[in-house]
Amino acid sequence: MKLRRSMLFMPGSNAAMLSTAFVFKPDSVMFDLEDAVSLREKDAARMLTFHALRSGLYDGIETVVRINPLSSPFGMADLEAVVRAGVEVVRLPKTDSADDVHRLETEVERIERACGRAVGSTRLMAAIESASGVINAVSIASASKRLIGIALAAFDYVMDMQTERGDGTELYYARCAVLHAARCARIDAFDVVFPDVNDDAGFLKEVDLIRRLGFNGKSLINPRQIELLHNAYAPTVEEVDYARRVVAAAEQAETQGLGVIALNGKMIDAPIVEHARVVLRRAAAGGTRK
Amino acid sequence: MKIVREALAGTLESSDLMVRIAPHPDLEIVLQSEVMRQFGAQIEAVARDTLDKLGVTAALVVIEDKGALDCVIRARLQTVVQRAAEEWTAEWSALS
Repeated sequence: MKLRRSMLFMPGSNAAMLSTAFVFKPDSVMFDLEDAVSLREKDAARMLTFHALRSGLYDGIETVVRINPLSSPFGMADLEAVVRAGVEVVRLPKTDSADDVHRLETEVERIERACGRAVGSTRLMAAIESASGVINAVSIASASKRLIGIALAAFDYVMDMQTERGDGTELYYARCAVLHAARCARIDAFDVVFPDVNDDAGFLKEVDLIRRLGFNGKSLINPRQIELLHNAYAPTVEEVDYARRVVAAAEQAETQGLGVIALNGKMIDAPIVEHARVVLRRAAAGGTRK
Repeated sequence: MKIVREALAGTLESSDLMVRIAPHPDLEIVLQSEVMRQFGAQIEAVARDTLDKLGVTAALVVIEDKGALDCVIRARLQTVVQRAAEEWTAEWSALS
């Protein structure tokens, strides 16, 4: 089971972070060539990220690169560099429609063929950052078989909505819309960055909300948040114990040819069994909550 | 690749390096490093190999290293050459 709980953002221009961030073991690392990089350092960030991807430093951690929009002077050069460097996932910013994904996919395939990389091996992620993107989330999420997920990005979105970050009310519709679109397309959904790195309690409150909503994970801007996030996403020992008993009861019922599964006198239906299997896979992949 | 203007790349932060390049009659590399005794020869070798693959045969290259990994050294040198060259003609496949 591929866990995508934590996606650690780092500026592609920061040599120190690129040289060390793998030690924090996020599920995914996202090298940013867009908003975190000044205009005069775009070339340097692209080159550093190219070499970081090829260095082997991030073996075992999913690599993602947020390129500049293809409509900008930098986007196509970013794409050439990172696809050739072997990035696992290209993150497209400011995705407003399925056509944005189609255009990206066309260019990725062209580069894959040109450099001898297997066609289809570069996966995609679309970041939704506007009202249009949220409204079109369903068609965006199903726009390409390469998509592994869609992500809500809050800073641009709240500006587009003429509001500001607050207690989460301002993101309520967008979170639900993006999440439902992802689930319809059977891909992952990623929540927004929590900007106050010194507010652990506020961070954990937001993590609890998005975990219960059903998000796979969250974008992060500080490595300190990784362990907090992973722990919050881990099932408890009690949940794992209950899941084991549910799965055992289901297997026993199947062995005995029984149509009805019972545990401690209560009927267990198929969705509960499937959820129990998911809990066990999560525990196997990420341990239990501390 | 012909160097036709002065350029700068990188920073003086830890794990990075700053590199300056300028037109020069031949290739001269001036290296300062916090880890000169242990890695000076390795850093210079990486720098020469990177410049050689870019076809840079005449330039003054001043490197101030703060403990950068080889991949950072290559990236910073390629960036500074890109900024200083008359024309950037390198293919991505030649930059590894």
